[in-house]
Amino acid sequence: MPELRSETMTVNMGPQHPSTHGVLRIVLELSGETVVGADTTVGFLHTGIEKTAEQKKWQQVIPLVERMDYLAAQSNSLCYVLSVEKLLGLEMPQRVKDIRVLLAELQRITSHLVWLGTHGLEIGAVSVMMYCFREREQLLNVNEMLAGFRMFPSYLRIGGLREDLPTGFHETVKKFLDAFPGKLKEYEDLLTQNQIWLKRTRSVGLIPQDLAIAYGLVGPMARAAGVPYDVRRTFPYLGYETYDFDVPTGTAGDVYDRYLVRVEEMRQSTRIAQQALARISPRGVYDIQDYRIVPPPKDKVYTEMEALIQHFLIYSQGFNVPAGEAYVPIEGPRGEHGFSIVSDGSNRPVRIKLRAPSFYACQALPKAIIGGMIADVIAVIGSTDVVMGDVDR
Amino acid sequence: MDATAILEVLSRTVPAAGLEPVQSADGMPTIVVAREQLVDTCRALRDVPELRFAFLVDLLPVDYLPREPRFEIVYLMASLGMSGFGDTPKRLRVKVRVPGHDAMVPSVSSVWPAANWSEREAYDLFGIHFSDHPDLRRILMPDDWEGYPLRKDYPVQIKLPVKTYEPLQVSQDQFVASIEATRERARKE
Repeated sequence: MPELRSETMTVNMGPQHPSTHGVLRIVLELSGETVVGADTTVGFLHTGIEKTAEQKKWQQVIPLVERMDYLAAQSNSLCYVLSVEKLLGLEMPQRVKDIRVLLAELQRITSHLVWLGTHGLEIGAVSVMMYCFREREQLLNVNEMLAGFRMFPSYLRIGGLREDLPTGFHETVKKFLDAFPGKLKEYEDLLTQNQIWLKRTRSVGLIPQDLAIAYGLVGPMARAAGVPYDVRRTFPYLGYETYDFDVPTGTAGDVYDRYLVRVEEMRQSTRIAQQALARISPRGVYDIQDYRIVPPPKDKVYTEMEALIQHFLIYSQGFNVPAGEAYVPIEGPRGEHGFSIVSDGSNRPVRIKLRAPSFYACQALPKAIIGGMIADVIAVIGSTDVVMGDVDR
Repeated sequence: MDATAILEVLSRTVPAAGLEPVQSADGMPTIVVAREQLVDTCRALRDVPELRFAFLVDLLPVDYLPREPRFEIVYLMASLGMSGFGDTPKRLRVKVRVPGHDAMVPSVSSVWPAANWSEREAYDLFGIHFSDHPDLRRILMPDDWEGYPLRKDYPVQIKLPVKTYEPLQVSQDQFVASIEATRERARKE
C-alpha cells in the first residue's frame, strides 16, 4: 500500500474577510481543520495620524485622535485631553469631571454594544446584532444632541467641554439608563444559557493570566482570566474612587468568560453613569474659564475688547504647553488607553502616541488560535474586540 | 515608590553607574538607563519582588532633532499591585538615549513579549534598530517603503510616483520564496 501523503495547507484569511473587524490579515497554517501556525499582518489602515498631529495645534488634534479607535472616540479624546491638561497643570471643575465620567461610560456601553452585536453575528446569533444596534442608535442620538455629530463629537476639549449640555439631555440619558438593564437581560436571555453559544465559546481561545499580562492584554481580556486590574480602581482618575461599582472578573480566560465580563461591564457602566448623572446640574460651569486656553463666551467677544483679542489669539496661535512629557492612563473599552505626549513648550505637539490595546491584542492573537480549530478563529478574533483603526492609527 | 527608591532597589542587582533619576513633568518616576545595561535592568525591574513591573505599558521613540543624542526610547511600565503582579500599584518610565548616527538599542522582547511589535513599529516609523530582535520587519508601512516617516527630517507632504498602477513584477521564484517565508514564520509562532 502506498504511503499516505500528508502536508499542511496555507490559507489566507483577510484583509477583506468580513469577520476580521476591518482589515486584519492572517495567514493560517492548517493541518486538516486544526490551526498549526498563524502569521498576522496589520497596517492596511495606517493613516499616519501621529505624524499629522505634529503639524496641528494642541486643540486641533482632538478630532484626529477621535478617529484612531473609531468605536471609542470619546475615550481617545478623554485620555488625550487628560494628558495635555496634566502638562498644563489644569484642575477641572467638579461638574466637568462628572460630565466626562458620564460620557466615558456611555462610550464604553456604545463600544461594547458594537462588539456584542458583531461577535454574535459572527458566531451565528444574528438577531443579537439587531438588538444591540437598536440601543446603540439611542446613544448615538445622545452624541448628536451634544455636538451634532454621531460618531466623533469632539465634545471634550482641553480645558473643559465645547459648550454646556443641551436642553433635554438629562431626560434623554435618564430614559436610556433606566431602560438599559432590561435590554441587557434580553441579550443575556438570548446568549448566556444558549447551548449553541456555549458550545462555540467555552474553552475556546484560552489566554491565561501570565500570558495576558506578558502580552500587555490588560482590560477585559485580563479580567476574563482573573486579573482584577481596572485603571479606574487601581490608578483612579476623574474621581472614580468616589463612584460605587464592581470590577467583574472571570476565571477561565476563554471566549465565554470574556463575553460574561463585557456584559457585566455594561451593567456596571450603567451604574456609574446613573451616579454621575445625578451629580450633574442641568446648567453650570463647563470649562475652566481661563481664556488663554478656552475661547471666551461669544457675548463677551462681541462687546469687550479683551475678549475679542483673546478670541483671535486662541484661534490664530492656540496656546503653548510647557515642555515635558506626560502619560495619563484611563480605562477604555478595550483596556488601558493613554496618550504619551511630548511638548517642547510651543503650540504644537512634538510627539503624541496612543497606547493602543488592540495592537497588543492582535499581537497575541496567534497564541490564542494555534492549536484550535479553524472555525474557532472567528470566535477568538471577535472576543478580543480588536478595532483596526486602533491598531494601525 | 519614587525614582530614588526604585533606583536603590535596582542597584542591588545591576551596576548603579548606568542609572540616573530625572525629573518628569507629570510626576511619574523616571530613570535614564545606559544602553548597554538596558536588558539586565529591564529583567531586574520585572523580576525583583519589590518591583515586579510585569506589565510593559508602551514603548515609544521620540525624535529630538537637532539635539544630540537625537532619540529617546521611552519604556512605560506598571506594577499592578495584585497577586503575582506586584505588591503595590506603581508606574515607571525608563528612558534610553540613542545617538542619531548609531540608532541601535538592545531588544527587550525577551523580557516582555509585548515589546515585539512595539519595537517593530519603532523600527518602521523611526528607523531604530533593535539588536537580537526575533523578527525585525516593517509593520505598519509597506515592506518596500523608503525612509522612516515619523522622523523629524522626513517631509510632511511628499510627492511619490504612484506605484499602484504599475504591473506587479514578481517572478515565479520570488512568489514561491515569499510563500515559503510566510509559512516558515507561521510555523515558528
